[in-house]
Amino acid sequence: MANNVRGLPRPPRYLSGIAVQIALIVLVAGLVAGAAFDAAQNLTRAHVASGFGFWNNTAGFDISQTLISYSASASTFGRAFWVGLLNTLLVSAIAVVLATVLGFIMGIARLSRNWLVARLAAGYVELIRNVPLLLQLLFWYNAVLKSLPELRDSIAIRGGAILNNRGLFLPQPEFASGFAAVLVALLLAIAAAVALRLWARRRQAETGAEVHVLWPAVALLCGLPVVAFVAEGFPLAFRMPEIGRFNVQGGIEILPEFAALVLALAVYTAAFIAEVVRAGLLAVPLGQTEAAQALGLRAGSTLRLVVIPQAMRVIVPPLTSQYLNLIKNSSLAVAIGYPDLVQVFAGTVLNITGQAVEVIAITMAVYLAISLFTSLLMNLYARAVAIVER
Amino acid sequence: MPAISDDPSFYLRQAPAEQLPPPAGRAGVFGWLRTNLFSSPANAALTLATILLIAWIALPLIRFLLLDAVWSGSDGSACLPTPERPVVGACWPFVRVWLSYFVYGFYPAAERWRVDLVFLALAFGVGWLTWLSAPRRDIGALYFFVVLPIVSFVLLHGAPPIGLVVVPTALWGGILVTIVVATIGMVFSLPLGIFLALGRRSGMPVVKWLSTIFIEFVRGVPVITVLFMASVMLPLFVPERLAPDKLVRALIGVALFASAYMAEVVRGGLAGVARGQYEAARALGLGYWRMMRLVILPQALRVTLPNIVNTFIGLFKDTTLVFVVGIFDFLRTIEAARADPHWASPTTTVTGYTFAALFYFFCCYGMSRYARRVEMRLARAGRR
Repeated sequence: MANNVRGLPRPPRYLSGIAVQIALIVLVAGLVAGAAFDAAQNLTRAHVASGFGFWNNTAGFDISQTLISYSASASTFGRAFWVGLLNTLLVSAIAVVLATVLGFIMGIARLSRNWLVARLAAGYVELIRNVPLLLQLLFWYNAVLKSLPELRDSIAIRGGAILNNRGLFLPQPEFASGFAAVLVALLLAIAAAVALRLWARRRQAETGAEVHVLWPAVALLCGLPVVAFVAEGFPLAFRMPEIGRFNVQGGIEILPEFAALVLALAVYTAAFIAEVVRAGLLAVPLGQTEAAQALGLRAGSTLRLVVIPQAMRVIVPPLTSQYLNLIKNSSLAVAIGYPDLVQVFAGTVLNITGQAVEVIAITMAVYLAISLFTSLLMNLYARAVAIVER
Repeated sequence: MPAISDDPSFYLRQAPAEQLPPPAGRAGVFGWLRTNLFSSPANAALTLATILLIAWIALPLIRFLLLDAVWSGSDGSACLPTPERPVVGACWPFVRVWLSYFVYGFYPAAERWRVDLVFLALAFGVGWLTWLSAPRRDIGALYFFVVLPIVSFVLLHGAPPIGLVVVPTALWGGILVTIVVATIGMVFSLPLGIFLALGRRSGMPVVKWLSTIFIEFVRGVPVITVLFMASVMLPLFVPERLAPDKLVRALIGVALFASAYMAEVVRGGLAGVARGQYEAARALGLGYWRMMRLVILPQALRVTLPNIVNTFIGLFKDTTLVFVVGIFDFLRTIEAARADPHWASPTTTVTGYTFAALFYFFCCYGMSRYARRVEMRLARAGRR
């Protein structure tokens, strides 16, 4: 250090690092303390209560879709929170399944040797990825579902369902007591199918002879429950929805808000999943396919036994982040009034109680927990499909 | 019978073989069709099914957008179905009449030249930065990240001393607000994202943990909740007299989440710089900041430029979310206009959404084409 020759020796490097860190801690702590002080003052001035006492107070507002029993006059804000959370989870779970199916189809179609199919899939991906999700959501809700016929002009769908601009009303199954036998038969069939598959595998490992279990398994899975169903004397009836004067009575109601959110999330995320799938399939070297063909595997077996297991390793991590994006994007529900966690809790409950800090903190914590939990599950899966080094 | 020669070259061809045309089935349009669309019966069936699907989508779309569309009129009655014209397509006069509202919101008509000037200045800056062989792109960056925000603020907000009337942000709207939100997001997210990424890779545990917690927290919650937090909680956290304007609060929220997302992209770029580069910079005697500024960041940002542009595309789409906290961005002006009873017609809503979709699609698609071009250019440079 030429310029330090005559002066004091420079302090060692780690000391300046520690000084920076201490300064940073003091700065952050100061900001947090200042914010807390101001918040306390502002809240006292606005006469807003603090703490989580509101959790057990009566909510007093209605929610249009509840998976658990809920009533405006008797249920608490805590109950409303659970209703919103379950609605978020429901819409996310259904949209994740649909997006995965559509995304895999589109991703594989993009690699099709058929030029037209590949271009169609590419066009879908480009169009959907370049238009904001919120716009697509508003389109599905306002332009498609809200423009369905009014109540008195409802569309009757064959099989008893009713469709109008207030939603889709499906026949509600009513189970008679004998239906338990059908469920037992189904469980038995699943167990038998699994056993059959294990036996076929062991036999192939021992003798090399391949046993096809697909059709016997399908026959088991469909046959046993049907036999039980007939033997018990058809223990299932449907309660048909009926058009009343002001609304539709009976049946399972699917809200247009719910349908629009599922459609928008699934269609949007599928475009991203398609790109993930395409990249994953392209990452498997062509030599793997050729080697499988040289071993005499058929096209389907090549895909199922050689290409897809290797592609899945590449696909799973980005697929996870797409799932997480979908769950987080389900909060757009607030724009069309679907009662998800954000709409019910960070919207209505916040407006009634005015306790912004507590409500937003709880909402964010829930999403963080969902994110961490999903990542954990997908990491476990990624470990299961990882290459086993020998 | 020809004589059999002992000379082996007798059996060699002395002149090149005449070139034959490719087999009839593989050349030209028909050959292409055969290999790409009709290589097997199953493939042919798939092709026909796809053609039907495309026709099923495209024909109604063309009819709606062009053939059945209404092109002139001054209110919604022009777009109502009549006995002579039972099917009505897009209601384009709705877009024409409302266009200035879609672009400027309620910005006073006499002052709109200021908005136009900002648009021009922005286009100039974007052009300077995105044209990879433009001269002095360092000055371009200074212009874009420092000069442009200040000039734009003065122009848009107004400055009485130099004769510009103050226009409160409540009057701003439409594409103007969308552009402001997106630009602020970009201008703040890149430097903040770089600092956060450096912080996350820092050797100092406090810096590292603070950066990591911030990044993971913001990325783990929905963007809407960050916006809610900015718009509902921010006024609580500052003394009452400092409570920021509604648009500013949304902008703070956007800058927060954009910088967290950008930090991860920059971190990816930093991880891509070879260790030897760090060691070489150290060996030359460069300190941390000079090493980063002169050696590491230029390389990291160059390789990750396509990802940065893709993050900007995401940010541009996410600007629509300020809708939820009551800011009049482009999408919100569409929502407001389509509810106008004056323009009530069966197709007003779809027309408005179509117009919005076209706008967002061309902006985002343009950016993604640019990202792909940069990517190809980088791939070429890497192959050298």
